[in-house]
Amino acid sequence: MLSRVADSLYWMSRYFERADNCARVVDASQSLILSRRAITSGERWDRALTMMGLPAGAGGDPHDAIRRLAADGDNRSSIVACLAAARENAAQVREEISAEMWEQLNRLYHEAVGLGVDVQDDESVMRLVAAVREGSYSFHGVSETTMTHGEGWRFVQLGKFTERACAVSMLLDAYFATPGEAEADDLDWVALLASCAAFDCYCKVFTADLQPDRIAELLLLHPEFPYSVHYSVERMYVSLGAITSSSAGRQRAHIGRVIGRLRSSLAFATVPELLAGDLHAFLHGVVEQCRALHAAVHDAYIDYPIEIAFEG
Amino acid sequence: MSRSLANPPVENPEIPALLPSAPGLFDGYTQSSAFDEMFDAKMQPRRPYRKLHKELLRLTHGELLQNKQKADLSFFHQGITFTVYGRNEATERIFPHDLLPRIISAAEWDVIERGLTQRIIALNLFLKDIYNDRRIVGDRVVPGEIVYTCRHFRRQMIGVKVPRDVYVSVMGTDLVRLPGGRFVVLEDNLRVPSGVSYMLSGRKVMKQIFPTLFRKCGVRPIEQYSQTLLSTLRALAPEGCTDPTIVLLTPGVYNSAYFEHAFLARQMGIELVEGRDLVVHNNMVYMRTTRGLTRVHVIYRRVDDDFLDPLAFRVDSSLGAPGLFSAYRAGSVTLANALGTGVADDKAIYAFVPKMIKYYLDQDPILDNVETLLMWDRVQCAHVADNLHQFVVKAVGESGGYGMLIGPQSTEEGRRNMRDRLLADPRNYIAQPVLALSTAPCFVDGSIAPRHVDLRPYVLFGDKVSIVPGGLTRVALRKGSLIVNSSQGGGSKDTWVLQS
Repeated sequence: MLSRVADSLYWMSRYFERADNCARVVDASQSLILSRRAITSGERWDRALTMMGLPAGAGGDPHDAIRRLAADGDNRSSIVACLAAARENAAQVREEISAEMWEQLNRLYHEAVGLGVDVQDDESVMRLVAAVREGSYSFHGVSETTMTHGEGWRFVQLGKFTERACAVSMLLDAYFATPGEAEADDLDWVALLASCAAFDCYCKVFTADLQPDRIAELLLLHPEFPYSVHYSVERMYVSLGAITSSSAGRQRAHIGRVIGRLRSSLAFATVPELLAGDLHAFLHGVVEQCRALHAAVHDAYIDYPIEIAFEG
Repeated sequence: MSRSLANPPVENPEIPALLPSAPGLFDGYTQSSAFDEMFDAKMQPRRPYRKLHKELLRLTHGELLQNKQKADLSFFHQGITFTVYGRNEATERIFPHDLLPRIISAAEWDVIERGLTQRIIALNLFLKDIYNDRRIVGDRVVPGEIVYTCRHFRRQMIGVKVPRDVYVSVMGTDLVRLPGGRFVVLEDNLRVPSGVSYMLSGRKVMKQIFPTLFRKCGVRPIEQYSQTLLSTLRALAPEGCTDPTIVLLTPGVYNSAYFEHAFLARQMGIELVEGRDLVVHNNMVYMRTTRGLTRVHVIYRRVDDDFLDPLAFRVDSSLGAPGLFSAYRAGSVTLANALGTGVADDKAIYAFVPKMIKYYLDQDPILDNVETLLMWDRVQCAHVADNLHQFVVKAVGESGGYGMLIGPQSTEEGRRNMRDRLLADPRNYIAQPVLALSTAPCFVDGSIAPRHVDLRPYVLFGDKVSIVPGGLTRVALRKGSLIVNSSQGGGSKDTWVLQS
């Protein structure tokens, strides 16, 4: 497969996942804030911004926060900007993805742009969030069933789960490790779970009794829950295995080492130990290792120096 | 005279018409002075069209409309679109397609096929000659001044060895039919002719809609085009390369013909690459893949000469690959078409093609040219400049219907403008009489009406010349218009060449 094509598939998928995550965070934050007195909403929006890797807002202005998260064309992490970037990448590789995938993505993009989010109007925000949620389920379903699960698919999967592992780690970090002035309560924990589409699953595994350590267990270490960091890293491992199986040399060994270390750090961790130790450093480490993997894959398969290609 | 032999009469007057003139469907179908593809002067269907005509009469307007919608939908679903750039973003439109096929008899096709074969062979000999020995210039058959001042002449190609001496391996020649029923060559497209994907996908849709008609009429197939193109490219691999890697080089998704590039690459099962995917190292070309660099041997390039290599041509081009031309010179990679072929489809050089055929092959041209006046000639230029309203004036290096003036339809201002440009740079212009392109019935705005058409067959030349029977019939869908280019309101028709 052409490197350029693999790269576009990876970023299409990554940006799509980011739009999806951002929509869930906006949805959960909005819902949380509606149940509270206005006075604390600024902090909550600041937290939402932090979770998406953005600097905290100007004085916690909720409208500004929503604008930056949802519709800001200049902010590359906003929902609309991510959908545009995903679509742009998909347009470069329409021959590799299925026609249905393109159609879904294209339709969702036009719907999101057409909705014209007005930050003063809560309902318009909710409409956008709902459109992205529905659209993302369709896109994932259609991708799974219509795209050949070959090499291109591996890059799609890698993009999606790399993004997810980082995003969930940052969410957890924002809730657990960053000292906040307001203590997190049940409603906050519900918002965290909702941000990962995890509320139902939590209730099934642990009942509706919300305990921070159990929430961490589910979102960080659960091996089977699709939005847990551990699960995402396992999926990355599978994709990387398939991608690297065709190549030899140092890069393959290097990638194998990094993903192996990351997997075992999650497989053998326990929540009590993590909570007693430095959870922030641990989560930060997960994100750093994902970045290292991204860079290694990029150097080995996408933008490699040609001297190395001739040696290998 | 070779002309009457080469172009047998289309109609056999001894065969009586089988049907009375059609009620309903063809009511109000009025002929002009142009040749009509379907009807003779008495409004009787010509022989190749009789079966189609008979079948069409069984249909109602409503059924035709329904079929038209079915066809449009099918084009849309297949993504057979071209891109129109607007204010904020590009929109995709389906390529306008007319429901009624254009039919060519076996005898007519035979002439076209022989004529185009003769032409592509002569044009290749010409290109080889002017980039090597320049005999034709030395013998004063074609003036050197015209050859060397051509914008598409590439000095860099002088002395470059080209596999099998094939410069033009894909040619899209535009033919038009004149009032007497004779096909003549309007222009040669020897650089990166496009439109073949519309021919192929149009056929696919028509087969779904008119299966019975196909069986009854006996239409020759064109579906083998992609395989033929692939074997043509394979035949042009650098010497000693038995299993060449072939790629299609596209300018990218923003090119208006991107759909076609993707379509052909998929049909041939080859990679669709952009310039940035290519790496040249030690005069060899590679593509950057996830498994490392893969050697490339043949490039079917859909990028113009100017943009292929910033080191050899335009430095501001980011569509090509630096070093590509050097690798090409070294013979490690084949470009199809070769570089510098544009010199032979320059509209001034076009006027000399009949002479080339005589010079290189010692044959009379099977397909004639349109009478062409070279503005380079002072006397002719003065005559045309004073009578612009009678001529079609074209810039020699342009295509796509740009840079031309159609005299009878022009304004005072347009003529004044053209006159100034003409006198300032006569080498850059030619003039032709206004042609009455043939008309064919088209289903437009709910009824059947005549529209002007041309025909672009695709000629392939690798180890041998092959032409799939048919081509792209382009239609000027606007009433009275003579311009068939898709960028200017043109559409297409399926073209049926009959078995017998």
